[in-house]
Amino acid sequence: MNLANSLDSYLVLSGLLFAIGTFGFLARRNAISMLMSVELMLNAVNLAIVAFGSFIEGLKADGPIIALMVMAVAAAEATVGLSIVIAIFRNRKTPLVDEYDAMSR
Amino acid sequence: MGAWKYLLGTALLAGILLTPALIVMGPAGGSFDDALFVVLAALMLVSGLAVVTMRDIIRCGLAMIVCFLALAGIYGVAGSPLVAAAQVLVYVGAISVLVLFAIMLTQSKRAPSRLVFQTQAGPAAVLAVVIALMVTLTVTGTAWNEVAERMRVGASALAATLFADYVLPFEIVSVLLLMAVVGGVFLAKREERGS
Repeated sequence: MNLANSLDSYLVLSGLLFAIGTFGFLARRNAISMLMSVELMLNAVNLAIVAFGSFIEGLKADGPIIALMVMAVAAAEATVGLSIVIAIFRNRKTPLVDEYDAMSR
Repeated sequence: MGAWKYLLGTALLAGILLTPALIVMGPAGGSFDDALFVVLAALMLVSGLAVVTMRDIIRCGLAMIVCFLALAGIYGVAGSPLVAAAQVLVYVGAISVLVLFAIMLTQSKRAPSRLVFQTQAGPAAVLAVVIALMVTLTVTGTAWNEVAERMRVGASALAATLFADYVLPFEIVSVLLLMAVVGGVFLAKREERGS
């Protein structure tokens, strides 16, 4: 029993969270739910990066720094993505992505 | 609707979370860190599933906060306290509030619709299971050149590397954040009529 001290458990956990995020992104109808699923996937990848940083000798300080960079870029992505959703909502009056069908009419 | 429902739910959740911890520390012979890892991982996965499956989107947002907090705890267990602190500040503090405000701005009275999922939800679930299996098999089948004990990186060592080797990405990220703020304000701004 050596869960907290093996790289495998962190990576498997990160893979599970990534799969949950993938399902949410493909299956949800609400645009904000899809953005939240993208956040889950970004967090899963971040967990993998931090795990590599604390278990691989050559990545000791690089892992956490790359994770911090990913966080900053994710914050930028969330800002722009949510404002795009709000702008679309102002035009179409609905947050559901399957009703954004202006190009098919 | 009585308060006993919430009490019962809390007790049930605590039982679900604490039972694996007791099993890990007792019969399985794990350490306290292992129990902490199991509890946080279970909390993260359960709340992550709640984010993608619950009907009411504001509850999805609240479950996302729980998921981010559990992930911050896992960062702490993994030995990166600075990343855990940044996770709490950036995700729990900033991005969750942003998402909750966007939910409040975009949900009308008739918005919590009956259909939560697209018609492709079944294939999406199959794909998610396939991804999880692939990652699990690949990870467990690869011999990582890992150290026996996880390394803890202090803030000063991190700062030394950040401001020596990673100065250029650091500055680029600051410019990117400024651009994102300006772009977000521009995109979400209400258009003026007739100009």
